[in-house]
Amino acid sequence: MTSRFSKGGILINRKKKLSFKFNGKNLFGFSGDTLASALLANNQVLIGRSFKYHRPRGFVSSGVEEPNALLSIGSGGSLEPNRSATTLELFDGIEAMSQNHFGSLEWDIGSISNLLSKIFPAGFYYKTFIKPRFAWKHIFEPTIRSAAGLGKAPKEHDLSSYDYFYAHLDVVIVGGGISGLVTAKNLASLGLKILLVEQKHFFGGYALSEEFKINNLDSSEFIKNLEDDLSNNENVILKKNFSIVGVHDHSYLLGLENFEVLESEDHSSIRHRLWRIRTKHLILATGAIERPLVFAGNDVPGVILSSAANEFYKLYGISQGDRVILITNNDSAYSAVVELFNAGISIPLVIDVREKSVGELPLKVKDLGIRVEFGKAITKVLGKKRVKAVEICSVVGEGSVLETIICDSVLMSGGWTSTLNLWSHCGGKIKWDNQLNTLVPDETKQSTNELGQSFISVVGSARGQFWPSELFDNMETVIKNICKIFNLRKIKYEKYQIKEIIHEKTSPISCVPESADENLKGKSFVDYQNDVKLTDLRIATQEGYESVEHLKRYTTLGMATDQGKLSNINGIKILSNLVGKEINEVGTTTFRPPYTPISLGSIAGEARKELFKPIRKTPMHKWHQENGAIWEPVGDWQRPYTYLRNNETKEEAVYREVKNTRNSLGMLDASTLGKIIVSGNDAGEFLDLIYTNMMSTLKPGRCRYGLMCNENGFLFDDGVVARLNEKTFLCHTTTGGSDKVYSWMEEWHQTEWWDKKVFIQNLTEEYAQITIAGPKARLLLEKLGGLDVESKKFQPLDFIEGKLGNFEVRVFRISFSGELSFEIATPSANGEALWLRCLELGSELGITSYGTEALHIMRAEKGFIMIGDETDGTVIPQDLNLDWAVSKKKKDFIGKRAHERIYMQDPNRKTLVGLSLKDSIQKIPDGAYALKSGGSSSEDVLGHITSTYFSPSLDKPIAMALLKNGKSLKGQEVDIPLGSGNKLRAIVVDPQFYDIEGKRQNV
Amino acid sequence: MLKFICPICEIETDETELIPGGEAHLKRVGPGSSDQNFYAYLFERKNPRGIHFERWLHSYGCGKWFHVARCTKTMEVFGTYSAQEIKPPKKILDAIKKKLPNGKNVK
Amino acid sequence: MKKYSAFSLIKESFNNHFGWEKAWKKNNLKKKYKVVIVGAGGHGLATAYYLGKNFGIRDVAVIEKGWLGGGNTGRNTTIIRSNYLQEESAAIYEKSRSLYEKLSQELNYNVMFSPRGVMMLCQTEHELRAMKRTYYANRLFGVDTEMVSPARMKEMIPIININGPRFPILGGLWQPRGGTARHDAVAWGYARAISNWGVDIIENCEVIGVNKNQNKINSVETTKGTINCEKMCFVVAGSSSILAELCGFRLPVESVALQALVSEPIKPVMHCVVMANTVHGYMSQSDKGEMVIGGGADGYNNYTQRGSFQHIEETVRALIETFPFISRLRQLRQWGGIVDMTGDRSPIISKTPIENIYVNCGWGTGGFKAIPGSGWATAELIANGEPGELAAPFSLERFKEGRMIDESVAAAVAH
Repeated sequence: MTSRFSKGGILINRKKKLSFKFNGKNLFGFSGDTLASALLANNQVLIGRSFKYHRPRGFVSSGVEEPNALLSIGSGGSLEPNRSATTLELFDGIEAMSQNHFGSLEWDIGSISNLLSKIFPAGFYYKTFIKPRFAWKHIFEPTIRSAAGLGKAPKEHDLSSYDYFYAHLDVVIVGGGISGLVTAKNLASLGLKILLVEQKHFFGGYALSEEFKINNLDSSEFIKNLEDDLSNNENVILKKNFSIVGVHDHSYLLGLENFEVLESEDHSSIRHRLWRIRTKHLILATGAIERPLVFAGNDVPGVILSSAANEFYKLYGISQGDRVILITNNDSAYSAVVELFNAGISIPLVIDVREKSVGELPLKVKDLGIRVEFGKAITKVLGKKRVKAVEICSVVGEGSVLETIICDSVLMSGGWTSTLNLWSHCGGKIKWDNQLNTLVPDETKQSTNELGQSFISVVGSARGQFWPSELFDNMETVIKNICKIFNLRKIKYEKYQIKEIIHEKTSPISCVPESADENLKGKSFVDYQNDVKLTDLRIATQEGYESVEHLKRYTTLGMATDQGKLSNINGIKILSNLVGKEINEVGTTTFRPPYTPISLGSIAGEARKELFKPIRKTPMHKWHQENGAIWEPVGDWQRPYTYLRNNETKEEAVYREVKNTRNSLGMLDASTLGKIIVSGNDAGEFLDLIYTNMMSTLKPGRCRYGLMCNENGFLFDDGVVARLNEKTFLCHTTTGGSDKVYSWMEEWHQTEWWDKKVFIQNLTEEYAQITIAGPKARLLLEKLGGLDVESKKFQPLDFIEGKLGNFEVRVFRISFSGELSFEIATPSANGEALWLRCLELGSELGITSYGTEALHIMRAEKGFIMIGDETDGTVIPQDLNLDWAVSKKKKDFIGKRAHERIYMQDPNRKTLVGLSLKDSIQKIPDGAYALKSGGSSSEDVLGHITSTYFSPSLDKPIAMALLKNGKSLKGQEVDIPLGSGNKLRAIVVDPQFYDIEGKRQNV
Repeated sequence: MLKFICPICEIETDETELIPGGEAHLKRVGPGSSDQNFYAYLFERKNPRGIHFERWLHSYGCGKWFHVARCTKTMEVFGTYSAQEIKPPKKILDAIKKKLPNGKNVK
Repeated sequence: MKKYSAFSLIKESFNNHFGWEKAWKKNNLKKKYKVVIVGAGGHGLATAYYLGKNFGIRDVAVIEKGWLGGGNTGRNTTIIRSNYLQEESAAIYEKSRSLYEKLSQELNYNVMFSPRGVMMLCQTEHELRAMKRTYYANRLFGVDTEMVSPARMKEMIPIININGPRFPILGGLWQPRGGTARHDAVAWGYARAISNWGVDIIENCEVIGVNKNQNKINSVETTKGTINCEKMCFVVAGSSSILAELCGFRLPVESVALQALVSEPIKPVMHCVVMANTVHGYMSQSDKGEMVIGGGADGYNNYTQRGSFQHIEETVRALIETFPFISRLRQLRQWGGIVDMTGDRSPIISKTPIENIYVNCGWGTGGFKAIPGSGWATAELIANGEPGELAAPFSLERFKEGRMIDESVAAAVAH
């Protein structure tokens, strides 16, 4: 039975009681508890079921390395699955549920799979479920998938908010244990900007629970003084509940700051803040994590790491049970025994797998009268949902039971592994040190920054300096190095008095007993969460999955939510034994960010919902919104597709708009089209290279429709160019092309033709632009007054400048609809006012706003191409009958050489035609393909339909298409298969349908 | 997340302000060139696992293109220089030679 | 080769599974082979498989500089689909998809091909029109897809948000027989099959030189010795340009990072793959329960197998808008691979300027789905010395001819 002592627990505040729920039960804990310590205080040892075999599981650790204690926290919009109870600081009202059981936690039907565990070793699914094929799809896979996963997904939207933060620092210290704090203290006087972060909710790390004397102070007191000292230093930022989770190129760090407790108390509006940090130097004081030992039954609830038992006791006042034994391969675990013994726990036996130890700590334990046996091991832990007893055996041999000892809890220690993930995220290498029995940073192969220099130092137990007197072994070197990096004078480095503890070497043994039989090996767990057993590793290597990555992927060792923090090293040691290679030869798997999991919400930050992507709006946006606009996203803009009135359908609205524009007067917000000024002595020459047309011959006051191709020859934008004066051109682009074309021009100017004297300016947002189109268009301009718009004075493709009413304008006589049409540009600030004025004066002329769809129909009726419909990145101007716009005179322009390639000259290329339907009033569906008449296979495909509409002006469907050798098909019939198996029949015609002579725009 | 010193505005700029532009110092060929040469200009790239001279645009900054000498395997930056320099400046070539004397691709 | 089956699995369980043999033999490199394939990723192994199966060519070595399947094959997001626009692309991807359907049975190795379906979202009018074109193209070129309305999509995928304020979903293109597979298993499955025939798979063996004789392949120098061969093909995403340089020519390829991430595993909540191209993100749920998330490639030449965080941000933001519930899930791990991008974003399966040297590269972000089809087509090319129907469009020559196979459908976003 686990419980809370009536006294003790450094971190808890017994005056502040907190209530929480676990599986519906109402329980209590204290402020300062983690959810884990609070559960243990309430004798909740069984807290989950393992992934594959649904074995009962309890707490193995007290930190981020916990593989078993994954709970679902909260509900509705605050539901968070898979939360490790050891990392969750307790707050009032937590609702926690255990996961991954069918039925209750205590009686999980899923544990049937445990009985079949022999048939289901790691990788069993590769060998079976192969036949019959339908069974995999309909039976096997759904079954596997339903058993997959741990927690349930939240169903509702996340109620919490998340934040970004950017920081630039000189030194970041990861780890607020004693090494990190001392490093910060030593650097604090240098005047550098320092950030020290600690992932837990307290500073001090293991020095709080495994106390020693430093300068004659208790380590816990020493830490408290340091903490106070540093928080008063203006150069040092101290953060708790803050994990540096990733080191990325060019010394860019990601840090997650956790405000969950404050959020629960309504003292924080955000849940997590993801820091993006640039630092000049990074110091890892990330400590070390204890390893489990591998023996049969090492996963029974109640088997726990010795340091965790110690932490639960010292920090939270938790007792693991009345009778506790320890199995260890090193000296450090003995300190837990001393602590628990002094607290009044009975320790029937300490099992040491080594032959002997001359260390101080085992001696101390023996002196307390505790029985210590060397050369012994555990055959098996007895008990299913709780440790009941252990069977003891010799380390050597098969595990014949020498003795059975009744106990509540088994502490285990397989040694310590330095935490070096951050060292290697950016390419730094790690190696195994046989002496220290841990990973150490390979200082010859470091992560480097943008200058090719190393920028990471490692201090404390992260460097294998596990014992108190070793902690600061390289501190002086690190400080000196930092002084060198920042060009600072050397400081007086403080030395600390710490008594050395005589200790024996850690044994390399990780699995006991050494010759255990298959039965025992089948119950010895290496990776807890993924249920990977010793037998699995043997089977994998036997089958040749021997490289460390293959072993991991085949057995799923180290792939669980703890990412192998407890399992990787034991796995590698076992692998090296199985294949007979040294550990460094076998290698480690790659550490990848994040070190601990971070919420996806924190990655997205505030860019959610309306803030997901900014919307670009024209000055008339509000009016559109208020007048029934249906929005269409075009790039980052939103444009009105059509305006709905009364109970219109979209179609009805669009046809109304077309008819009204063709019959009287329509107006369109054309502000989103690009407007780029190209000016300078060489402007004409420059544009001659950019456009396929000759632009330099354009006269001031005139406009010309231009095409732009890329170097590969493909048409990617079009628009009307106006020559404002001798040296200045105004280039219009498509909406999607405005930024693109501007960048394109700048790129060519800056990187290829910088000798050309031109200036390029993107003025798209400087001007609002309104299209006034229809037979009555001129009348509206006359009503606005101020400009001579008489037909002979203001001809098609002219533009004029001046004032219309009170508005400064430039008016272009260009038409995309085919009607008499003027585009009026005015400074954006006046856009809305001009729009409203046009509406006012135009009302008696029958003016109506029209949207993009009406425009698309009108231009299609005229056979005008549209970028993105008639083009798809593989179409050249010649395909679209636009040869006239491609200058034959110019020696060079972008795309010219490309057009000379053999495939571009192929007469069988798809070229633009029109299609007239034979017996249908329905338009051809979007995206349809055309086949030879009577054809059905892919060989009969002629091409695809690029634009298709029902034309309200002609009262029939129209379409344009790109068909192979289109000209030769004129007059012929083609088939258009519909999805349903039916087909339409059409005749190939010229791609112009309405006002073919183009008279209407010339009135 | 890369960062470079923009040689035009001389500030350290973050990758989020930049747009990458591929290999630098490509020699443009146009009408009159052979199919092979035109193809090489448009498509063939060194794509080294090692030092790469490349173009970047300081899009959310001064709006200028510039060149960078960067190792594609270690992300080390040897220098940035103007887009109008048709070959890497001596200073940068010297820095590279110092680091990689035999000039071979990085492993 | 000991057969895998439920029966043998149960039988072996009584024997503590001591009877299972090595999935692929670890032979020593010989001095001579008829064909050397450089690269033991999915494509290279599949090539060796179809060389053996379709052409009886089994005097083959597949050499790999690292561990088998350790390149992009072990790093992708496992999506299999063939709903491509261009006829040539659809052909090879559909061939590949249909081979995937029966692959487990053929290899006697469960690659866990899951035909759960792939949904491609349309979030602008332009995208909707483009997707409709893909639908019609698919029907003509033998790929089974259908257009789906937003309402129907919500029925099929309850967790999707069709009314996002910025880019509401206007429809989708659904390929019911697309899906996912277990990427490592595909490599292991092919490796086991070819090893059984006596094809040598040599890991930890890097090519350091290529020797020619009058512009024809003569031998390959490796860290484990020199190999004489009649034909050589290199299939090494992320090292294509390097191999090409050893052979003495350049490829129209640039290598960039492609990143992906997974969340912690949760109970099944998503039964198909969803791709949202407008907002740059796609997601599926693995058989283990993790949400597997990917986005677009990074933009600059990069051989580190690491990418920039801003792309992860962009992808996650996009997916939270599409699937709001994932906000409280946690990212468990992120990683990257090196993908080769060609001038038109379509792959290269081709002869090279050197006789009897062939290249297969440039799959960009679409490599995993292509493995069986690519292997099939490349085997044909190597065996015959000329490309067959599937590979012919993807020759290196197309770039000179101006014959691009471009899947991006329209550069501009129009009016």
